[in-house]
Amino acid sequence: MLKGRFGGFFFQLIALLLAFGFVSLILLSVDASPAEAYKNMFNGSFGSMRKFAEVLVAFVPLLLVTAGLLVTFSSGLWNIGVEGQVVLGAITTTWVFRYFIESDLPPALIITLAILGGMLGGAVWASFTGVLKVFGGVNEIFGGLGLNFVATALTIYLIFGPWKRPGVASMSGTVPFPDEFSLPLLAGLRISPWALAIALAGIVVIYFILQGTYFGLRLKAVGKNFRAAYLLGIPTWQYSMYSFLICGALAGAAGAVQVAAVYHRLIPSISSGYGYLGLMVAMLINYNAIWAVPVALFFAALNIGSIQLPILMKLDSSLSGVLQGVLVLFVLLADGVRQKFARKA
Amino acid sequence: MTQETILIGLAGVLAAAAPVIFAVLGETLSERAGVINLSMNGTILLSAMGGFAAAYTTDNIVLGFLAGMLIGALVALVVAFASITLKQSQVAVGFVLALTCRDLSYFLGNPYMGLPGPRLQAIPIPVLGDIPVIGQLFFRQDPITYISFVAIFLAWVWIFRTRPGLMLQGIGEKPAAAFIRGANVNLMRYVYTVIGGALIGLAGPAYSLAIRAGWMGTISGLDGIGWIALSITIFGGWNPSRAAFGAYLFAFLQWLGLVLQPVLTQVPSQVLQVAPFPLMILTLLLVNIGDAEWVERALAAMPENTRKIMVKLLRAMRASPPAALGVPFERD
Repeated sequence: MLKGRFGGFFFQLIALLLAFGFVSLILLSVDASPAEAYKNMFNGSFGSMRKFAEVLVAFVPLLLVTAGLLVTFSSGLWNIGVEGQVVLGAITTTWVFRYFIESDLPPALIITLAILGGMLGGAVWASFTGVLKVFGGVNEIFGGLGLNFVATALTIYLIFGPWKRPGVASMSGTVPFPDEFSLPLLAGLRISPWALAIALAGIVVIYFILQGTYFGLRLKAVGKNFRAAYLLGIPTWQYSMYSFLICGALAGAAGAVQVAAVYHRLIPSISSGYGYLGLMVAMLINYNAIWAVPVALFFAALNIGSIQLPILMKLDSSLSGVLQGVLVLFVLLADGVRQKFARKA
Repeated sequence: MTQETILIGLAGVLAAAAPVIFAVLGETLSERAGVINLSMNGTILLSAMGGFAAAYTTDNIVLGFLAGMLIGALVALVVAFASITLKQSQVAVGFVLALTCRDLSYFLGNPYMGLPGPRLQAIPIPVLGDIPVIGQLFFRQDPITYISFVAIFLAWVWIFRTRPGLMLQGIGEKPAAAFIRGANVNLMRYVYTVIGGALIGLAGPAYSLAIRAGWMGTISGLDGIGWIALSITIFGGWNPSRAAFGAYLFAFLQWLGLVLQPVLTQVPSQVLQVAPFPLMILTLLLVNIGDAEWVERALAAMPENTRKIMVKLLRAMRASPPAALGVPFERD
């Protein structure tokens, strides 16, 4: 019973129950009712069409980032720098919009250019981590983390410096772009079907690349055993760079969507932590693309649902992060226990 | 700027480095034994919040510090259990804990936001504190800063001058050899990870009960310190004295950023605050670049004299991690 597909499912179910049990204890320790908290979170994300649209708004960048991370994880790289790659995508998209703000080109073309620009910006930023790793021997975790903080500083510098609002610069960001620079939204909601289509296309393409191409196979070979892949004649460092570039482009697309469809300007916290959250999603689905959509949707729902907590229960909205983290932790631990059983059996 | 203000500033640098010193020493011990504790950023935040909450509710500052150490030890125990007993990826577990502990500190710390709490006071040491310059720099600090001085020395002596310290080096470098010499490798890894975690947990209250007294949630400015401490550990080459130097350098640069701010009015303050990060990348590059293949080829192409100088320079900066860092040990 503990072996095979069903065994894995059994342990994941236990991990899920333990995670909710643990978070319930935390809630009880601050004299809050777990049932009420979960109910408020559920209603906050699925209670109305408007709220569910907000979940989708969070789902789009999270899915794009997860799709990119599936590529870097496949090639054995821990791309923590994904957060900064989202930020740079947003910055370059903003730059393209600013560049064309007076032009007579059709808005659809400008938006397309802006999103492509964002993907390019994310890819270039990711290539920095890649070059540091491949040519400088700097572990991608540290290079990426450092660049994340630099990316945030760059955003703040631009908002308070060269791109500041006429008059007084503020944390509310740059001047909002005119309406025609927005990806078309559904009437009365904040979700753009175009953004949703970009995200779903992203995960489908990545699934296809990883499962159905020779490129994907070689990428996974590099990830499983770098040395063996090298001896087999796979150009290993080039494959490491490719995976950084692909992940950076998808993260950049996430940043581009944040500007072109959600905020319509550059704000200091433009990435909203979706890069780090994407790492959690990728770990939770055990780097398996097929589960990316439901798990990313679940995590997005937790994020949006938790916004209700400070309003209705005077609890901090970071509860969603605690729940997500504890869930991933228990799944990792349960997987370790399962493997221990499997070794003994 | 007068000599007096510079001295006060530098004494402040020594105090500001204290939490980073504890974190870096804790991580060094843990990694010397072969376990990366990547949870550091979350551990520091959670122990800062927990330490403050404990000191606030009991009105006992010592209990606050002990609570911080207990939190750090418990988080490290999870890392140890997951990586040593369950053989899961240390990086994955550590990263998840880094995020989870951070969010947990914001969630549980909500009721303590902005409360005025106890704060450690400076205790000048008689006689020594009256020595000009030196007394002012080193001997008019608060107790936790004194402890940070002693901790650097003790950690160095322990690793490089004692028999158990030699065994510790063996566990991280050649666990199989240490095992043959009678060391219980996995037990020792547990012990050092947990002790290291307790030291990391001391960093939190060293902020929230001393140099940045109080708990301010997301605006505490503590988010990120753990990641910096992690890179200082590498910069320090897993050597307590060099790691301490890195921590002081970091604190000095932050102070310099503050001092220079009125001069560099064009640069927004947020940019100066992140100045350590590009420097961190640069130092990691310098520490590691000597191992890169293309550097070796470039060196070979250099004229004799230049090459000698370059090789010396690269070697001085170089730092290699313990050979078995992150590798599970199995007796077979």
